[in-house]
Amino acid sequence: MSTPAPARALSAARTTATAARVLRQLRHDPRTVGLMILIPCLMLFLLRYVFDGSARTFDSIGASLLGIFPLITMFLVTSIATLRERTSGTLERLLAMPLGKGDLIAGYALAFGALAIVQSALATGLAVWFLGLDVTGSPWLLLLVALLDALLGTALGLFVSAFAASEFQAVQFMPAVIFPQLLLCGLFTSREAMHPVLETLSDVLPMSYAVDGMNEVLKHTDMTTAFVRDTLIVAACALLVLTLGAATLKRRTA
Amino acid sequence: MMNFSSRPTEEPAVHAQDLTVVRGPRTVLRGLGFTVPRGQVTGLLGPSGCGKSTLMRAVVGTQAKVSGTLDVLGHPAGHPTLRTRVGYVTQAPSVYDDLTVRQNLDYFAAILDPGRAAADRRREDVTRAIADVDLTTHTDALAGNLSGGQRNRVSLAVALLGTPELLVLDEPTVGLDPVLRRDLWQLFHTLAAERDTTLLISSHVMDEAERCHRLLLMRDGEILADDTPDALRTRTGSETVEAAFLHLVDRAAAQARTKETTR
Ligand SMILES: Nc1ncnc2c1ncn2[C@@H]1O[C@H](COP(=O)(O)OP(=O)(O)OP(=O)(O)O)[C@@H](O)[C@H]1O
Ligand SMILES: [Mg+2]
Repeated sequence: MSTPAPARALSAARTTATAARVLRQLRHDPRTVGLMILIPCLMLFLLRYVFDGSARTFDSIGASLLGIFPLITMFLVTSIATLRERTSGTLERLLAMPLGKGDLIAGYALAFGALAIVQSALATGLAVWFLGLDVTGSPWLLLLVALLDALLGTALGLFVSAFAASEFQAVQFMPAVIFPQLLLCGLFTSREAMHPVLETLSDVLPMSYAVDGMNEVLKHTDMTTAFVRDTLIVAACALLVLTLGAATLKRRTA
Repeated sequence: MMNFSSRPTEEPAVHAQDLTVVRGPRTVLRGLGFTVPRGQVTGLLGPSGCGKSTLMRAVVGTQAKVSGTLDVLGHPAGHPTLRTRVGYVTQAPSVYDDLTVRQNLDYFAAILDPGRAAADRRREDVTRAIADVDLTTHTDALAGNLSGGQRNRVSLAVALLGTPELLVLDEPTVGLDPVLRRDLWQLFHTLAAERDTTLLISSHVMDEAERCHRLLLMRDGEILADDTPDALRTRTGSETVEAAFLHLVDRAAAQARTKETTR
């Protein structure tokens, strides 16, 4: 008889198997994938002609949106996907098997990260080469920030799904978790111009750094220290929330 | 495979003593004591809501707020080493509706027996599990497009992966036709006889009780009887297990009443 590998904190084989499974599920749902990839492009296109007369505004809002789209889509997709995993009993089954919680979370992050790369590459490419988004820095850096934002979205979605008992509740977390960050991230007015209380609040919300990072790339040719700081903050937040998310996965439930 | 059943002093697959489980505000299992012998089919029977699923969840280690002693294959229930040795089928089928039958099994097989080196073994294992539940003709159908009974069987096939020593099956034959039910019970007995698997199977269909080596009869969070079907029938002077069960339930109810009136 074989001796199966024991459950470790993180197993590469189980993580990739999980990621492959999530991607396979998505492959059976081409409409969702299509919407996820096309809608950001469509919005950028729309935005370009809304600000037809002011290219500068399009640059700044467009770059911010390139950071915000992956965060929002991955948040929504992950919160619903993990909620379904909880309610369908597959999570209970998996946690009764030798699957580490880290494997599951890393698997989801890997699968949605891959999707986010496709989404962001298309959106960034469209914005930079066809819609005339004027970035001073490298588009690769835009892509890097977008990927980190997607990870943050995945992390937040995974975390909130633990507090939702149904899909109805899960989608309500979107206005609760995402909208305040959207208002405070500096997309509508610069964060310095906000009421001091709100400015402080915006300083502790991760999306602010996602948008700041995008704008750094927009304005500077090379990696500034501010850019490095912003990306590190977003990455650290994503990791922190992923860890919190892992803590919400319980092998034993009531 | 070694033949374990030739070792009479062998410890039981499951041993419970004073097992209590609290769910929400209710004490669902109250101080249960029972054993499940190895290499046999043990039926867990009782009316809806009596705590069968709760007991099974405790055995596989997914139930919170369990107190008392509960040993499974020589370890406390829920011990990490048990995760590859115990197969579990939840009452509601737990499979991915947006994957095909094979893709579902491939994934769970990769969790149980990961790594590229095991790929061939996994493929054989998956094919065998699909054949065991008679779904070979539906291998590439989406689980969400299957009938209720077929999805149940996909869920069962997942538990058959990796030859577990203990199989905990929560109402695996609900919604299946008589032919399929007979075939599955034949499979259960083959597993016990040839692979020396221990099976704990819940049901509330009493004619299935006759097919078990041993029975645990439950009612309202307590165990009424832990015996063989024959012994139960003889002890209660009944023709069938169903009659024996009703007899025991009535007696328990009468005892509860006299206890109340003498108080
Ligand atoms: N998630 C839960 N939270 C609180 N109480 C629960 C929960 N699930 C079940 N219960 C209660 O625990 C008791 C036993 O439930 P259980 O599911 O173990 O019964 P069962 O014997 O499997 O019933 P059935 O044959 O209908 O499946 C029931 O009274 C039920 O109300
Ligand atoms: Mg039940």
